[in-house]
Amino acid sequence: MSDATIDPDATTDDTTHVAPIHDDTIPAGYDDGNDHIGLAPHHTTTGLSNTKLAMWMFLGSECLLFGGLISTYMLYRNRQGDAIGPDQLWDIPFTSATSFVLLMSSLTMVLSVTAAQRKDDRRTRLWLTVTALLGGLFLSGQVYEFTVFYREGLGYTTSLFASSFYTLTGFHGVHVAVGIIMLLSLVAMLAKNRLIGDKAETVEMIGLYWHFVDVVWIVIFTLVYLIPA
Amino acid sequence: MTMSTDTASTDTGHDVDSHDDEHTISDKNYIFIALFLAVLTALEVAATEVSSFPDALLIPALLVLMVIKFAMVILYFMHLKFDSKLFSMMFYIGLIFAVTLYGVMLTTFHFFTG
Repeated sequence: MSDATIDPDATTDDTTHVAPIHDDTIPAGYDDGNDHIGLAPHHTTTGLSNTKLAMWMFLGSECLLFGGLISTYMLYRNRQGDAIGPDQLWDIPFTSATSFVLLMSSLTMVLSVTAAQRKDDRRTRLWLTVTALLGGLFLSGQVYEFTVFYREGLGYTTSLFASSFYTLTGFHGVHVAVGIIMLLSLVAMLAKNRLIGDKAETVEMIGLYWHFVDVVWIVIFTLVYLIPA
Repeated sequence: MTMSTDTASTDTGHDVDSHDDEHTISDKNYIFIALFLAVLTALEVAATEVSSFPDALLIPALLVLMVIKFAMVILYFMHLKFDSKLFSMMFYIGLIFAVTLYGVMLTTFHFFTG
């Protein structure tokens, strides 16, 4: 990093990470690689945001959780005995539509992150709300799908296939639900101006979580729904 | 972003101008990326639904499309391509462990049940 002079009054709290640049050698709009336009590097031993580092570690650990769940499903996908199996249940056009909805929610999420980095609170709130709505639509589709499967005779304990399927997609659904709660909480906090610290970073962290949920669904959609059992 | 000076050096070894150019993705580009992802999803579904698609190619094709979509989201939407390598490392360690876990589990169960 350059020899930028940091405002001595700026906070050194790791949770805040914001310090205005007062050095003329640093051009306006300088991006330190942390996606905080016009902000100095973080006051941490790595020079990176601890919040962001922790979020990536969390997402790395989430890979292990979903890796285990997906592995279990792949092992049990053909263990339904005489009970109803995936080929008789899947409605690929419907699931493709819900997958498309979740994919588009990643777009609206990234648009809210860029709006937050431009300090455009109105558009940030707008895109966050649209993302939450798209997430809600995806979740509604999943609930509908589960209801249809249950009515067709696929209970949670019907077979190993059923248990592993509901556990995997249910865990993903819970992640989506948690994401929606975080998005709506963020919208409310932004509206009431109750968000402390770097707003753009907070939106970006929620965005990372949301994109991860989308990435997991990309894998589930292919391995669970599209690849024939 | 527009730079007001010619170049400035960063500790990552990139000059700020090139750094800045590389790291800026406009909203329009994000929309193009999303549309590309939507097209890939449509291709996946089409490959599954079209009966004339060769069976031997179906699974490899679906896996390749899945990996491209996965990579596009983490590299561009999650900014991993432009962020610190430390963030990438945190995520890839988990991902590699997960894929290894998956591989070992399937291999082991196949071995003992086969």
